[in-house]
Amino acid sequence: MIIAEQKPLDEIKSIIGEAERVLIVGCGTCVTVCFAGGSKEAAILGSSLRMATKLNGNGKAIDEVTVQRQCEWEYIDPLKPKLDEYDLVLSLGCGIGVQTLAERFPTKRIVPGLNTSFLGLPVEQGVWEERCQACGNCILHLTGGICPIARCSKQLLNGPCGGSQAGECEIDPAVPCAWQLIWDKMTALGLQDQLLEIQPPKDWSTSRDGGPRRIIRDDLRLPEDYQE
Amino acid sequence: MTNFSTNGYKSGSNLEKMIRAGHFVVTGELGPPKGWQRSVIEEKGQLLIGNVDAVNLTDNQTAIVRMSSIAAGRILVEMGLEPIIQMTCRDRNRLGIQADLLGAAALGMRNVLCLSGDHQVFGNHPTAKNVHDVDSVQLVQMVARMRDENQFQCGDEIIGGGPPLFVGAAANPFGDPFEYRPYRLAKKVAAGANFIQTQLIYDIPRFKEYMKKVVDMGLHEKTAILAGIGPLKSSGAARYMRDKVPGMIVDDYYVDEMLKVIEGIPKEEKAARQKAWRQRGIELCIEQIQQIQEIEGVAGVHIMAIEWEEAVKPIVEGAGLLPRPTVNGQNGT
Repeated sequence: MIIAEQKPLDEIKSIIGEAERVLIVGCGTCVTVCFAGGSKEAAILGSSLRMATKLNGNGKAIDEVTVQRQCEWEYIDPLKPKLDEYDLVLSLGCGIGVQTLAERFPTKRIVPGLNTSFLGLPVEQGVWEERCQACGNCILHLTGGICPIARCSKQLLNGPCGGSQAGECEIDPAVPCAWQLIWDKMTALGLQDQLLEIQPPKDWSTSRDGGPRRIIRDDLRLPEDYQE
Repeated sequence: MTNFSTNGYKSGSNLEKMIRAGHFVVTGELGPPKGWQRSVIEEKGQLLIGNVDAVNLTDNQTAIVRMSSIAAGRILVEMGLEPIIQMTCRDRNRLGIQADLLGAAALGMRNVLCLSGDHQVFGNHPTAKNVHDVDSVQLVQMVARMRDENQFQCGDEIIGGGPPLFVGAAANPFGDPFEYRPYRLAKKVAAGANFIQTQLIYDIPRFKEYMKKVVDMGLHEKTAILAGIGPLKSSGAARYMRDKVPGMIVDDYYVDEMLKVIEGIPKEEKAARQKAWRQRGIELCIEQIQQIQEIEGVAGVHIMAIEWEEAVKPIVEGAGLLPRPTVNGQNGT
C-alpha cells in the first residue's frame, strides 16, 4: 500500500496561510491503515489547528470529513456541495488523493497535509518499509521475491556492491543489504545458479523515466455512446 | 571571485568580450560524431573558423550518444576556435556536472550552455534511465555560483577559485504556454544566465512579439539574447518542422518559398533540386538575420547548420557580418 506521513504542524499552518475556513479531507484507505490521514488523524489535526490558531488570536473555522477513497471520482463527488463553504481544502490523502480532488474541483485551492513516502508495508507495529518502486517491469521472479530496485541503495541488478557488510548496506546499518537477502533466499531455494547470469541493462521506459504512465484496457472501457 | 585573472571579465571568453564590446555576435554549432574520429571535429571546425565568434558543441543531441562535448571542445581549443560546451541535465547528476565543468575549465573552455536535454525516448537509448537531478534553471544558478562564489552546489569551497565560465541558457519563444515564456526567461536571467540562445526562429512576427515583452521586462539589458536561426535544406524539411516538431512554429512563407524554388525542376533531377533548395535556404537565412538585426534587444545570432557547416560562411558573409570583429587584438579563431 501507499505509505505516508503527516507534514509537521508548522508547515501545515504555513500552507494554510490566510485561509479562514478550511476543510480537512481524510482518506479511508492506505493512509488510514498507516495512521497518517484517516478520520482519526483528520480529527486530531483539526483540533490542533483550531487550538493553535485560537492561541494566535486568529481562530479559524476548521471542519473534517473523511471519504472512503480520495483517488476515485465516485467517492469524492459527494463533497461538491459542501466545498462552497470553505476557502481551502487540506487533503490528508496521498499525492494521488490531493490531485484527484484538485482535478475534480478545479476552482478550489486543494493543498497537501501529508508527505507521500513510498509503496510498502508495516513490518511490525509502527515500522513501515519500502518494497516497490512501481518500475513497471517486475523482476521479482529472478531475485527470490526481493526487489533490488526498491531495496538496494544503488538499484544493482547483478549482485551486491563492495559496501555490503554483515548483511548491512553501507549507507546505513539499519538498511539491510538487498543482495544479501536475495543471495540467502536464492541459496535456500537452491536457485543460486540463476544469480550467475549477467542481467542486461534494464528497460526503464516503463518506469518514471519513460514519462507519466497510463494503462488502457479496451476490454474494460465503456463504449463511447454509453449512458448511465 | 575567481583567483584566475580575467581582466574584469567573468570568463574572459571571446564570446563575452564580443558581447561586452557591443558587437553583433555570431555563434555556430557543431555536432560531435557518433564515433571517436578527431578528424570529423577538425574538418567541421575548419568550416567555422573565422566565420563565427564561438561554436556550440552539442551534448548527446536528440539523446543520441556522440563524442563528449567537452572532449570535442578541447579539439576546438587546440585549433584556436572557441567552444561553447553544451551541458544537459539528462545524463549527469550534480556531482557529474560539476566535475565535468571543472575539467572543461582546466582544458581551456570558457563558455557553457545549460540545457534540460531532449528526452531519451527520442534518441537511440530509449530504455535508459534519465537523471534530471537539477533542471536547467538550477544548473545556470549552480554554475554561476561556482564561478562567482567559489562554491559547489552543496556550499563547499572550490579549491583555488571558481571556474571562469560564461554561462548561457536556451529559450524557446515558440513553446506553450506562450505567455509564460518571457517569465521563464526572466528566471534564467535571475539565476545568472549571461547569454541566451533561442530555438530556431521561423516566425519573425511571433519572435518580435516575444522580444517586445522581453524588452519591456528589461531582460535584454541583463543578458545577451542570440536569436537562433538555421538554413532550411529542402521544402520537405520545412514542412516537417512546421507540422511535426513539437514547440516549433514555421511560417508558411518558408515552406512556400522552398517549394517555389524547385518549380519547373523535375523530381528526377535531384542534384538540381538540392542545389536550388540549398541556395534558397541560405538566402532565406540571410534575410532572417537582416530582419532579426532590426529587432530591439537582440545581441546576435546563433546559426544552427548541423551537418551543413559549409553554409555558415555564405550566410555570415551574405549578411555583411564578415570579417568578424576582434576585441583586445583577439578574435574567436
